[in-house]
Amino acid sequence: MGTTLREVIFEIGGGIQYGKKFKAAQTGGPSGGCLTEKHLDLPIDFDNLIAAGSMMGSGGLIVLDEDDCMVSVAKYFLDFTVEESCGKCAPCRIGNKRLHELLEHITKGKGTMADLDRLRNMSIVIKDTSLCGLVQSSPNPVLSTLDNFHDEYVAHVTTKKCPAGQCRDLMEYFIISANCVGCTACARVCPVNAITGERKEPHLINPSICIKCGACMEKCKFDAIIIQ
Amino acid sequence: METIKLTIDNKIVEVQKGTTINKAARQSGIDIPVLCYMELHDMNIENKPAGCRICVVEVLGRRNLAPSCATKCEEGMVVKTHTTMVLNARRTVMEFILSDHPKDCLICPKSGTCELQAMAQRLGIKEIPGQEIAAMSTYRKDTSPSIIRDLDKCIMCRRCEMMCNEVQTVGALSAVNRGFMAIVAPAFEQNLEHSTCTYCGQCVAVCHTGALTEVDHTPDVLRALADPTKTVIVQTAPAVRVALGEEFGMEP
Repeated sequence: MGTTLREVIFEIGGGIQYGKKFKAAQTGGPSGGCLTEKHLDLPIDFDNLIAAGSMMGSGGLIVLDEDDCMVSVAKYFLDFTVEESCGKCAPCRIGNKRLHELLEHITKGKGTMADLDRLRNMSIVIKDTSLCGLVQSSPNPVLSTLDNFHDEYVAHVTTKKCPAGQCRDLMEYFIISANCVGCTACARVCPVNAITGERKEPHLINPSICIKCGACMEKCKFDAIIIQ
Repeated sequence: METIKLTIDNKIVEVQKGTTINKAARQSGIDIPVLCYMELHDMNIENKPAGCRICVVEVLGRRNLAPSCATKCEEGMVVKTHTTMVLNARRTVMEFILSDHPKDCLICPKSGTCELQAMAQRLGIKEIPGQEIAAMSTYRKDTSPSIIRDLDKCIMCRRCEMMCNEVQTVGALSAVNRGFMAIVAPAFEQNLEHSTCTYCGQCVAVCHTGALTEVDHTPDVLRALADPTKTVIVQTAPAVRVALGEEFGMEP
C-alpha cells in the first residue's frame, strides 16, 4: 500500500524487458482498467486506483509495452468475461458477446468511427443494467482503453493500422530491397509460396497470398523483412 | 399493514412495505415496460428472474440502474422511470436481445401475438446495429408429438421453467449451459419426448416468442373432414372449450 506503480514496475520488477517503452499497466484482473504513464507515480491503494479508472480487484498487475495493442488487450480481457458468463441476464449473455465481436471487427480493420461510439454506449449500458458484479465491471478494460488510448482505436478504424503491430489483419510483411541479398531463404521457408524473386536479386512478398505467419522474418539474416 | 412513501417521476406514492418499484409505479399510473416478468394473480406466483433488464429504472443514490420488477420500494426512495439514461439502456438491451433472435417474423407461428415483437415496437426499434457481425446462438430443433421447441427464438425469460416447476410441478425444464449458449431445456438437453414432460402445454401458453409452439394438426383435420368415407362428429375436450372461449375474449 502506498508504493507507486513506478517502484513496483521499474525497481521491484526490474523494468521492461529488452529496453522497450512502457505503455500501460493493467491492474485488478479482467475487471480492472489500464493505467498509463501519467499514473506511474500514483501510490497504489484502493481509492487511488478507483479514482484513476481501474481497481485493486484481484491484485493482479500486468505491464504492457509498446508492442502491445490496446484494442487486442481489451478483447483479451473480454474473452474471459464472455467465457465466465452464467447466461442469466441479457446484457452479459448477449451484450458482452457483442462487445467482443465488435472489438474483433475493429482488430480486423473493418471498424468505423461510429463503431467506437457504439462500443462506448454498449459498455456503459452493460455496466448499468447487468445483474452481478462480474458484468458491472467487465467493460472496464474497454472503457479505460477507449479513454486512455483513443488514438490507437482511431488508427484501427481510420487508417486501418495497428500502431503496436500486433493485429495480424492490419499488418503487411514487406521486403526492403536494399537489404535483400537474394539468398532465397525466405522463399524456401514460406509455407504458402508467397515470396518470389531470382537468386541474388531482391525478393518480393505477394500480400494477397501471404498468411502473415512471420516465418520469413524469422529466417532472414539480413533484417530485410519488416512489418508495416 | 405498514406503508412507506417514495417518489416516482416526481409523484409521491404511498405503498405497502415490500411492494416492488414496478407495482408501485403501476399503482400510480406509470407503466414501466416488463418483458420476462409475469404474475399469476390467482396463484400468488411470480416469475421474476430479473434477467431481461428491460424494466430498469434510475434510483437516486444507486450506482447502477435497478430492475423495477425485483427491487423493493424503500422509504424516501426517489425513482425516475423514463430518463434518457433509462430509455437508452432499455433500447440497447432490447437490441441485444433482438440481435440473438431470428428475424423470420412473417412465417413465425407467434407473429402478431409475440410479446417480443410488441416490446420491440413499443421501444421503437427499427434496426439492430451490428447485426451483420453478430453470431446467433443456435440449437437443435425438438419436435415432440404435441410441442415444438425452436430454441433459437428463446429469450431466456424462463417463464416456461417457472410454469413447469412451480405451477405444474413436473420438473421437466430448467436452465442448462452457460453464457451465450444458456437455454431452458430438459436435463442433458434431451428431447421433450424423453423427459418427464407430460405435454400439459403450460410452457407454450406463457412463452413470449415462437420458441415453444403447439404442433398444428389443422391440415389433418381438414383432410379428414373432406373425406367422404368418414362420418364426422365433433366433440371438444374441456381444455379446448376454454381455449375457444379465450379466442373470443371471454372470461375464464
